[in-house]
Amino acid sequence: MAPTQSTIQIVPTGPGRHPKRVKSELMRQRLRAAGWFLVPMLVALAIVAGWPLLRTIYFSFTNASLTNLYGAEWAGFKNYLNWTVLKSGRVIWSGLLADPVWWNAVWNTIRFAVLSVTLETILGTVVALVLNAEFKGRGLVRAAILIPWAIPTVVSARMWSWMLNDQFGIINDLFMMLGLIDHKIAWTASGDTAMIAVLIVDVWKTTPFMALLILAGLQMIPRDIYEAAAIDGVHPIKTFWRVTLPLVRPALMVAVIFRLLDAMRIFDLIYVLTPNSSQTKTISVLARENLIDFDKFAYGSAQSTMLFLIIALMTILYIWLGKVRFDGGDR
Amino acid sequence: MSAGLKLNQVKKAYGAVQVLHGIDLDIKSGEFVVFVGPSGCGKSTLLRLIAGLEDITEGTLEIGGTVVNTLPPSKRGIAMVFQSYALYPHMTVYENMAFGLKLAKASPDEQDKRVREAADMLQITPYLDRLPKQLSGGQRQRVAIGRAIVRDPKVFLFDEPLSNLDAALRVATRLEIAKLHERMADTTMVYVTHDQVEAMTLADRIVVLNYGVVEQVGTPMELYHTPANLFVARFIGSPAMNIVSATITSSGAPATVQPKTGNPVTINAEVDATYVDAEATFGVRPEDLVPTNGPGLFTGTVSIVEKLGEVTLAYLDTGLPDPITVKIDGDVEIIKGATMTVTAPADRLHLFDETGAAFPRMQFSHAAE
Repeated sequence: MAPTQSTIQIVPTGPGRHPKRVKSELMRQRLRAAGWFLVPMLVALAIVAGWPLLRTIYFSFTNASLTNLYGAEWAGFKNYLNWTVLKSGRVIWSGLLADPVWWNAVWNTIRFAVLSVTLETILGTVVALVLNAEFKGRGLVRAAILIPWAIPTVVSARMWSWMLNDQFGIINDLFMMLGLIDHKIAWTASGDTAMIAVLIVDVWKTTPFMALLILAGLQMIPRDIYEAAAIDGVHPIKTFWRVTLPLVRPALMVAVIFRLLDAMRIFDLIYVLTPNSSQTKTISVLARENLIDFDKFAYGSAQSTMLFLIIALMTILYIWLGKVRFDGGDR
Repeated sequence: MSAGLKLNQVKKAYGAVQVLHGIDLDIKSGEFVVFVGPSGCGKSTLLRLIAGLEDITEGTLEIGGTVVNTLPPSKRGIAMVFQSYALYPHMTVYENMAFGLKLAKASPDEQDKRVREAADMLQITPYLDRLPKQLSGGQRQRVAIGRAIVRDPKVFLFDEPLSNLDAALRVATRLEIAKLHERMADTTMVYVTHDQVEAMTLADRIVVLNYGVVEQVGTPMELYHTPANLFVARFIGSPAMNIVSATITSSGAPATVQPKTGNPVTINAEVDATYVDAEATFGVRPEDLVPTNGPGLFTGTVSIVEKLGEVTLAYLDTGLPDPITVKIDGDVEIIKGATMTVTAPADRLHLFDETGAAFPRMQFSHAAE
């Protein structure tokens, strides 16, 4: 009997192998279903984020005021930058980009964001490393450390403003008792200490969040790698720099970007704790002031739009320079 | 440089839970010793104690004649290969292998030489610039072995290194490790596995552990032919030894026992007169049973036949609680439901007392194999 010959052809599958990806009926069905699931989310986003954003951008190019939102007239870039030439030949610059108050707010915002995120990252890493070690009652401590994060910002800001109060505050009392200061300090009111006060409260509040995100990253690192390092004779500090840090970096980078976005928009804490200090007035606080208090709606809109652009730019730069990946992979 | 290992009453407890109950072992320099046992027997813990990854609760551990109980892992002259490879994921193969040397401040030339030698030995030179995630499981395990070789250890520790590999790779890597042992003849190797085939094929000596106690230490063939107790008898050999309970009817050498059903059985074992009428068990390996037409050891109906090509396994229902497994060479036609009688030479039977300890065997020589 002659052997029958048969050829089995193995067809490669998987993305990228097919010269032309033909969508099967099943695939189309799945895509349709996915589309329908996305619709409610997209609609909600368009209503609560897309529309206000577009409106704000639009208002920033008009002369809108709170009392006359719908009768606003197009003003071009006047809110951003404008100049008038006086008869004497002097040029007077006006608009956002020529406003020292604006630049002060930008500087405050950046200073606050960089300082608070740096401190929170360092402290958060330390806390995460401690919580990653095994000890009794670890679960309880992990839950307890989240409390500052769970308290509404307005509440914690009010609480801290009492603790930092120059007359009755417990912090002045404590420092006086310990002999660290010789006269009571008006932490939130004094220009020298206002930013420090804000930073203290923000670090207190947000370090747990950083710690938790970093802890999640730490727990992804397999334990036997540390055992291999122990056998290789790697000093614990070197192990941290050479093994732990590179491996936790993806999680750390994502945590930092979340915090950075938050910090750039900081409003509630400063609005409650140091309402009128020029030392801590950030872009969000300034924008609200213009929008509501000063009835310069268009000008406030321009500030909001600029803040949006600044944040977008920083985020893009950060993701690009830091090679951040959001899929949890390394490198 | 080489060194033997000496464990003296080594104990390990986690809180109130005692996992190792006083282990005594003397491992000679250059020996390949395999710790084998079911999961939870303490074999990995014992290896981790030797590595220094965990503290010894009681007892002493000597490497090369020095007590190392309090020395950190890196000072013990050991290297370890982990089950899950434990490679640094963010470093290339080269960096993984050189990391220890680099931190030990070896000169770049020295680092390069040793890494390349090891890579050559394991045929991983083409992958030196790759990251671990770009390698297959077998390649990763070779890198892990390479990293260990680079340390030039006195004692090489393996913690179930083949468990994560598929069957074909497991055999190939097993051979690699056997070759490695030949090439590094001065290096003592301690290998943990739950796989008795790995133990039998690799070991100079096997340590069988169970519930944190050493059941038996011996060469693979010693364990196979003269298991010290029921546990070792059952654990070594595949399929497992047939075990039948019986009563001892006459002492001396050979002795006679009476199973619950069937004829009296003569066993070439030395049994003291005090054991007469005592409960006992005897065992016979499936491969020692042969079909016969005359009176035999067991008679029963064939309930299941398994054909593996090189052997055929038949399971006999004999009225005993467990079926009797018979292993016959080659592809043999056995009809399910047929009645079959099997027998075994008296010197192939093993007799154990009530506690499971084996009676000494008489007239047995390995040369008979």
